Amino acid sequence: MSWETVIGLEIHAQLSTKSKLFSGSSTEFGAESNTHVDLVDMGLPGVLPVANKEAFYKAIRFGLATGAEINQVSSFDRKNYFYPDLPKGYQITQMTKPIVEKGSIKVLTDEGEKVINITRAHLEEDAGKSIHDLFEGETGVDLNRAGTPLLEIVSEPEISNAKEAVAYFKAIRQLVTFLDICDGNMAQGSMRCDVNVSIKKADDKELGTRAELKNINSFKFIEKAINYEIERQIRLMENGESVVQETRLYDSEKNETRSMRSKEEANDYRYFPCPDLLPVVISDNELQEIKDNLPELPEEKENRYISEIGLEQSEAKIISSSKTMANMFEEASSRTDDINLVAKWLVGDVSALLNKDNIEIDESNLSPENFGKLIERISDNTISGKIAKSVLEEVWENGSDVDEIIQTKGLVQIQDESLLEDIAKKVIDSNDDQVTAYKSGKDKLFSFFVGQVMKETQGKANPKSVNEILKKLLK
Amino acid sequence: MTIKYKTIKEIKKMISQKEISNKEIVQEVYKLAKENSHLNAFVTLNEDNSFKKAEDLDNNPSGSSLAGIPIAQKDLFCTKGLRTTCGSKILNNFIPPYTATVIENLENAGCISVGKTNMDEFAMGSSNETSYFGNVHNPWGEKLVPGGSSGGSASAIASGIVPAASGTDTGGSIRQPASLCGITGIKPTYGRVSRWGMIAFASSLDQAGPMARTVEDCALLLNEMCSHDIKDTTSLDEDIPNFEDDLNQSLKDKKIGIIKDLDLSTLNNDVVAIYEDSLEEFVSLGAKLVDISLPNLSLSVPTYYVVAPAECSSNLSRFDGVKFGRRSEDPKDLEELYVQTRSEGFGDEVKRRILIGSYVLSAGYYDAYYKKAQQVRRLIKKDFDEAFSNVDVIMTPTTRGPAFEMGSKGDDPIQMYLEDLFTISANLAGLPAMSLPNGNIDNKPIGLQIIGNFLNESTILNFGHMYQTKTNWHMYTPEGVKK
Repeated sequence: MSWETVIGLEIHAQLSTKSKLFSGSSTEFGAESNTHVDLVDMGLPGVLPVANKEAFYKAIRFGLATGAEINQVSSFDRKNYFYPDLPKGYQITQMTKPIVEKGSIKVLTDEGEKVINITRAHLEEDAGKSIHDLFEGETGVDLNRAGTPLLEIVSEPEISNAKEAVAYFKAIRQLVTFLDICDGNMAQGSMRCDVNVSIKKADDKELGTRAELKNINSFKFIEKAINYEIERQIRLMENGESVVQETRLYDSEKNETRSMRSKEEANDYRYFPCPDLLPVVISDNELQEIKDNLPELPEEKENRYISEIGLEQSEAKIISSSKTMANMFEEASSRTDDINLVAKWLVGDVSALLNKDNIEIDESNLSPENFGKLIERISDNTISGKIAKSVLEEVWENGSDVDEIIQTKGLVQIQDESLLEDIAKKVIDSNDDQVTAYKSGKDKLFSFFVGQVMKETQGKANPKSVNEILKKLLK
Repeated sequence: MTIKYKTIKEIKKMISQKEISNKEIVQEVYKLAKENSHLNAFVTLNEDNSFKKAEDLDNNPSGSSLAGIPIAQKDLFCTKGLRTTCGSKILNNFIPPYTATVIENLENAGCISVGKTNMDEFAMGSSNETSYFGNVHNPWGEKLVPGGSSGGSASAIASGIVPAASGTDTGGSIRQPASLCGITGIKPTYGRVSRWGMIAFASSLDQAGPMARTVEDCALLLNEMCSHDIKDTTSLDEDIPNFEDDLNQSLKDKKIGIIKDLDLSTLNNDVVAIYEDSLEEFVSLGAKLVDISLPNLSLSVPTYYVVAPAECSSNLSRFDGVKFGRRSEDPKDLEELYVQTRSEGFGDEVKRRILIGSYVLSAGYYDAYYKKAQQVRRLIKKDFDEAFSNVDVIMTPTTRGPAFEMGSKGDDPIQMYLEDLFTISANLAGLPAMSLPNGNIDNKPIGLQIIGNFLNESTILNFGHMYQTKTNWHMYTPEGVKK
């Protein structure tokens, strides 16, 4: 029997606003516990939330970029549940009137391009963090994150397999980073997702019972968790059992999902309109201004690279695949006239390193600025392409500054023609046999002499000069 | 020279004519407070700070409008460094790190906050019998309730300890105790006074307001209490008039709406007679009586008892023993921490409302209760809008009768809830409303309610003040009519 998988994703993207959704506290990551917390974040008696318009503007950018409807009047609701890191005993979220509804995004799958519809994207506040392993027998609460603005992006249940789910998540991540509304940092939890998975027989019209996998924060784990879950559900169905609606937790160490709570145990969140906040109204002018200032999106970038800069489509696609990659391209291009050199390095060496380590560009140690420097040093002949490769490898390892590596390791290319000529003469003098053979017609030996000069100079000789000098001396 | 039973206006004059020093005023307040400690009107006194502020004022006299006026603050407003209990065991030890906007406004105008007044727990009650800190007594009779929830504030004024107090009104919590204690109190339009620092009961209904001996004093207080506050997005960004300006306007040809749907037959006969006498008084001042219809008025109490508990069930979730307030001892796990802290910390009435609120918001019941109640609320508001297209104010008795005896409503919460029959609709509609003394039944005062149109506090103050220029019910004290 063949089973079809139906997957929907709820992605939480932390919006990169300076202050929190309902208070003036900073959203900076990594500060000492409970230092970015004010009266409102603590949920003290008598305090009131004031909505941060900046979060709305960022959410609207997402809406516009996904061709969605923007609700110019949107409102907040309370989702009630008890947890120590939820200071008010409720989360303020947008249940009935979200800021963004009915968008879509193109995703590249193994079967080609697919459009995934986005049901809604709404604003809500994050909770704090419970810390269980710091105090013996006690739990600590850090409220730095409490009140940080999240955009919850809910897809339609239209994703058909784990790979597609990852491709969708990647597309959303690419978009939010291009839009400059979220830093996309998965390790810091700036993007997390819940996955709804169900299976059904191919000809069934109704969806099967779904399980919700909670809080997964890496591409690798999304794929593994979904695949585990699909297998689990198929096993149940084929054994004549049924899938129960429940929330499951993915254990990445054991690669399995475990039941967290069943539908019966699920919280009744008792949603109702938050009486402390009036509906937020976005004026036509505000909306227009956001539209006018929308940054260039990946697809637009790709097209521009092809039509204006003259890159190959394959190059343009790779370079516009992420904000960081595009930034590298643009940074380096501003430092050299040789655009092809920039593209060649990104599509070639940099991409090869990414593939080797199986990481995303912004997980690497290479910064756009450092990459720009590398290209600049190649293009102004400070270092040779060969040396550049080793410099890149070192940057890749530890993120050191390109110029510093060149300086401390003495990698500056030898430009001094008379010095190179002396070395070349020495090579010719000590290789009589090869000289004779070359002169008798063995042209291929020319590269032997180049190699010897390079060896003598530890690769620092300018290859173009070496060629010219050798040609002259071996005439 | 005593300040007992004096109005703010009278005390201001005493200060300006140097008949009494600010320090002497504060001394007298605490002397009176101690003499009346049996009333249990205060939860916490603020003696050291008050004396210091009074001495500062004596050394550097201030021209502020309320300089040196002693005021009692309802213990529901956060006061920095001064314990704020909200009448609850769960906040028994809570010392706020900040001050409510409305308290700041009053103190900036020169008021001296002499103490925090007792109240029904979390403002849930109409008799002050639900306070963790014990019943408040009505100065008009040892066994009588002062009304609630701002009962401590009302009792402190009626007994002459202070000329003024802050109160809050979610369903009648300023007006009902004002009526039962023979003083004047006004609930402004929703949004006139910032809710920042007011411990929330039902956020969409809560509104702070002044309580005092006269309409005139309420106007003085209201001038300082109102402000547009960016920390409260529901606070109104509207012009705030000087509320003293229109006090003496003629009432000639002004229209008073009389609700013809109101069934007065269940009321105490004397209440009806007193109410009708008051209307006659207004007619003699030139006003006209106009019949109006508020067809959905009878739905006010059930609507209120869905909306208010729903909001309170959520607002009170933060009292979980995790961050502030009282925590139960030695819970064995998180669940027990919550259950024990909240079981021990909240009283019965608060628990009842949290249960009702959780029920009406729960899946499967939301549409039948909460959503329906919100729809009815809109209808009630619409009824008022229509009525006010034709009248300047609407009048009703404030309460069904005078102060009742403690314990007399027994265990029947519905009987207690019906205490707010006349007052609740103004909260549901967000309208300003006032209670002022208009009679006496067996030496127990009773009040008249004047409801105004949206943002129209000036009009109800005008009606109230004109009434008080013609009558002396506001001069009555438990010790006889003030000279």
